[in-house]
Amino acid sequence: MTFKPFSEMTDSDYAAIGFKSGLEIHQQLLTEKKLFCRCPAGLYSDSFNAEILRHMRPTLSELGEYDGTALMEFKTKKEIIYQINHSTVCTYEMDDTPPFELNDQALDIALEIGLLYGCNMVDEIHIARKQYLDGSIPTGFQRTTIVGVQGSIPYKDRKITIVQLGLEEDACREVSDVEHRRVYLTDRLGMPLIETVTAPDMRTPQEVAEVGDILRKLVRSTGKVRTGPGAARQDVNVSITGGTRVEIKGVPRIPNIPLLTYNEAMRQFNLLRLRDELHQRDITMDTFESRAEEVTKLLRKTHYMPVKNAIAEGMMAQCVLLKGFKGLLRWETQTDTYFSREISDRVRVIACLTTLPNIIHSDSPSETLASSEWRVLKKALSATEDDTLVLVWGNTIDATSGASEIAVRAKEATLGVPSETRQALRDGTNGFERILPGPDRMYPDTDLPPRRITREHLKDISAKVPRPFYENIRWYNELGIPNDVKDPLSISPYSALFESAVKRWNVQPTLASVALIQFPKRIARALGRCVTFPAHSMKELLLALKDHTLTREGILPALREIASGREFTRDSLPPLCSEEEFVEALNKSLSVISRTKIRRPEKKSEVLMGLIMNDLRGRIEGHVVATRIASISAEVRP
Amino acid sequence: MTVPDSYRGYRGKALETLKSFDAMVWSDVEITTDAGSFTGIVLPRSETADPLHIVLKLRSGYNIGVAAESVRAIAVNGRKEAHYKIPEKAFPFDPAKPRVKLLGTGGTIASRLDYRTGAVIPAFSPGELYGSVPELADICNLETEKLYGVFSENMGPEQWIGTAQAIGREIAKGVQGIVIGHGTDTMHHTAAILSFMVQNSPVPIVMVGSQRSSDRPSSDAALNLMHSVKTAAESDIAEVMVCMFGPTSDQYGLLHRGTRVRKMHSSYRSTFRTIGDIPIAMVSREKITPLRQDYKRRRKDQDVVINTAFEEKVSIVYYYPNMKPDIIDSLIDNNYRGIIIAGTGLGHVNKPLYPALKRAHEKNIAVYMTVQTLWGYVQMYVYDTGRDMMELGVVPSANMLPEVAYMKLGWALGQTDDLVKVRQIMMTPVAGEITEREPSNGYLVFQGGIPEVEEFISRYRR
Repeated sequence: MTFKPFSEMTDSDYAAIGFKSGLEIHQQLLTEKKLFCRCPAGLYSDSFNAEILRHMRPTLSELGEYDGTALMEFKTKKEIIYQINHSTVCTYEMDDTPPFELNDQALDIALEIGLLYGCNMVDEIHIARKQYLDGSIPTGFQRTTIVGVQGSIPYKDRKITIVQLGLEEDACREVSDVEHRRVYLTDRLGMPLIETVTAPDMRTPQEVAEVGDILRKLVRSTGKVRTGPGAARQDVNVSITGGTRVEIKGVPRIPNIPLLTYNEAMRQFNLLRLRDELHQRDITMDTFESRAEEVTKLLRKTHYMPVKNAIAEGMMAQCVLLKGFKGLLRWETQTDTYFSREISDRVRVIACLTTLPNIIHSDSPSETLASSEWRVLKKALSATEDDTLVLVWGNTIDATSGASEIAVRAKEATLGVPSETRQALRDGTNGFERILPGPDRMYPDTDLPPRRITREHLKDISAKVPRPFYENIRWYNELGIPNDVKDPLSISPYSALFESAVKRWNVQPTLASVALIQFPKRIARALGRCVTFPAHSMKELLLALKDHTLTREGILPALREIASGREFTRDSLPPLCSEEEFVEALNKSLSVISRTKIRRPEKKSEVLMGLIMNDLRGRIEGHVVATRIASISAEVRP
Repeated sequence: MTVPDSYRGYRGKALETLKSFDAMVWSDVEITTDAGSFTGIVLPRSETADPLHIVLKLRSGYNIGVAAESVRAIAVNGRKEAHYKIPEKAFPFDPAKPRVKLLGTGGTIASRLDYRTGAVIPAFSPGELYGSVPELADICNLETEKLYGVFSENMGPEQWIGTAQAIGREIAKGVQGIVIGHGTDTMHHTAAILSFMVQNSPVPIVMVGSQRSSDRPSSDAALNLMHSVKTAAESDIAEVMVCMFGPTSDQYGLLHRGTRVRKMHSSYRSTFRTIGDIPIAMVSREKITPLRQDYKRRRKDQDVVINTAFEEKVSIVYYYPNMKPDIIDSLIDNNYRGIIIAGTGLGHVNKPLYPALKRAHEKNIAVYMTVQTLWGYVQMYVYDTGRDMMELGVVPSANMLPEVAYMKLGWALGQTDDLVKVRQIMMTPVAGEITEREPSNGYLVFQGGIPEVEEFISRYRR
């Protein structure tokens, strides 16, 4: 049985394999400062003034155990370099100063979003330390807190559960990770973000993307989250029946989700088939056999460049025999990706052998070693025709650790799908990042006291919570709002203003929506830059429409005024034109026309209309002018 | 009222609520409130926290507080008590390696917090230390003894004397080096007094602590411990030293002379600095690199002199403009026997204090002048005010740091009432507390922002 191509998979195919997926969405908040210090948030710069060097050391869990991930990271023995820019980072981010109090602005935004999800809000928040030993945070842990649990959003005919909403600090940006040295930029470190965790309620890759999109719009509708590259990052959890929860980290764009989750489902499906194949061959956790030998001397004369160069530089080659594995390193796991990649990834991450290829194997012998060399290796390791040989090279420590990881990963194949954190790759496949951490990595933060959230405070916040955008859309459909305006208006900070305009001030809905969304967009496009339209000016503009002191034609000029930075008030509008002024303008225009030769007389009314509107734009409704012209034309026409 | 252990830390409304549903700490519960429900384990509450909330550990590992007044029901579904224990592994013995003794006084060098109770569980037995920092076994055969378990601000004469005596005992037993685990806040005070109480040590005496507790992955504790144990085991510097991070990076430690060292930042890893001189050596996991040669060398004998004299009635007065004489008067009236003044500039106080200083002199109180600039010497001849004060019996104490002068005066007054003898003890350097000359690199406080300093910092990762 093989896995159908992406485009042919149906909902029932996904149901048949038991596809389940949940999301963890990280969304930066639009605050002025960082979460636990007073550095500015949202300033990025690739330049830096100083570097510091740290190592991470696993600490014991609350139960006296070392976390699996922690030990793996310690095995890698990485030097971590942090690049520091004085303007974006202080001694807090360097872990040389204890945290300052939690940023109130960030907390209030998180509370607002928790209420938007209908969460059960936490009365007293406790800051926790979530361990990360990859170095992405200099403390070795992320300060994080839960503000609400058990919320939900409607989706199709069911509900998607929001397991929890967290408020936490962002991590560093990785610059490079080569051999035993990983470099991070610290500017993003400490920026406030929320983490929305859904239950694994999604049943197909498309559903995951759709739910991701709903959540994205929902938080954006507050107008208090950051947008732009990297401001929102998705982690996607995927499992299939018989498989394991695997976390794909750092998916930058929601449209990438379907293919990524499909590929992960396929990977799990194929790893389970690989397990079955191994069991068929009588290879289990108990019977698995492998051995490793140093084979540097045997390969001294090889022409295969990577190994040749390594040996010339005094490095070591290790050969691992995987008993009975013949052909299995060519077992397809993801599209055009094979089981050998799972092994190569582990060697890259754990043994720090980052230059690829870092392994070669006898299941794909071509273009690597000469067949005579494979024969020599086979003999040296007493391999039979049923076995697979894997070669790894590097300095003594790394090659030895690589050889042992090869056996570790091969042995895990007898169990099926290892619990891993995997990174999203550009081609829609994913690669190993680290072992999935357990719940043991959570500790309360002793540096900060718990913080009480009173009911009164929640009440104040709930007054600011926008109506969920999907409810807006339902209403807009009833109102007949144009399609291109509906979506952006539903998550716009002006959606509440729109509601007032329509319900309280009786402004025509389409006119209000166009004034709030379409025209500002048009102006920004014409100016070729981002433009802010302050809420109070927009409110004045809608009130002017209500009072009929602003005409439909007057909206665009008024918005241009606002875009140029001038404050708009109803009083600053020119008065509507009087009957005398209209007659004066009409006569002036008629006299112009009488002096002008008009090539197509049937267009005369339109020309007249244009001339009058030029004079009176913004002071009279176009349809009024049109009606008047029509009546005059009827009179003047022969 | 004492709260039984089964409701540890809870008071008031929260205690009442838990009791009414028989939900003791460690119960696995579902709490229904008027807003919804929460599932998790009831944790003990910190005793300083308010009486209004119940702490719950959610399945995800996060803790939250639930307002007791909103609780409608608590269903107890089980119990899951956790006890944290540091895994012990027998510290390997290697006859070829030196014997090092680790004396513990408290502090966070090798401890971890039991977060659930807020108590500190020290990792201290050799087995526990080996479980946490196995690299120590590559350096020495480690023995440990817990002398005290106090935060460093609670160290006092009793602990200083006890520690000095313990050092004497260990040297007599023939250990090759001594490490003293100590909280960092007053480490330099203890280093100073031990420099006076322990004379003529044949082995290194290394004080060590950590600025980030050892329960953090980025802690400096493990590396500081390795550096200090290496120094105690292998270095030929037979002095009282402080061994802490040189830069904030995990690169090397510095060995500071016990009488010239000072904690200079409330939280930085590289907080300890040698003031008015340069450190004795650098230490990394690979090697010890002396920066000077005038240190006392390791010896084979055990001829240490322990002199634990100490007079407690000594004070430091940090002078500020507009200080009133009643500050000095109150010390006199409370029978203080010694006063260290941290004066401005070269060692000055204002004129209104003169009558009080004169009174102190008449009452046979030893008054010594140090400088609050920390760097530099007291020089009381330059201005008339200085000369006036010397007339009043104030003794300039060269470049002794104020805290060091405090310790030394306590030690001197513990030995004699005779102020002439006290002066002789004070002014005769025994452990580098007064130096004859200050090298120009003894005062290097780099100014950030200056291009060449920035260039240095970016090049060397400091």
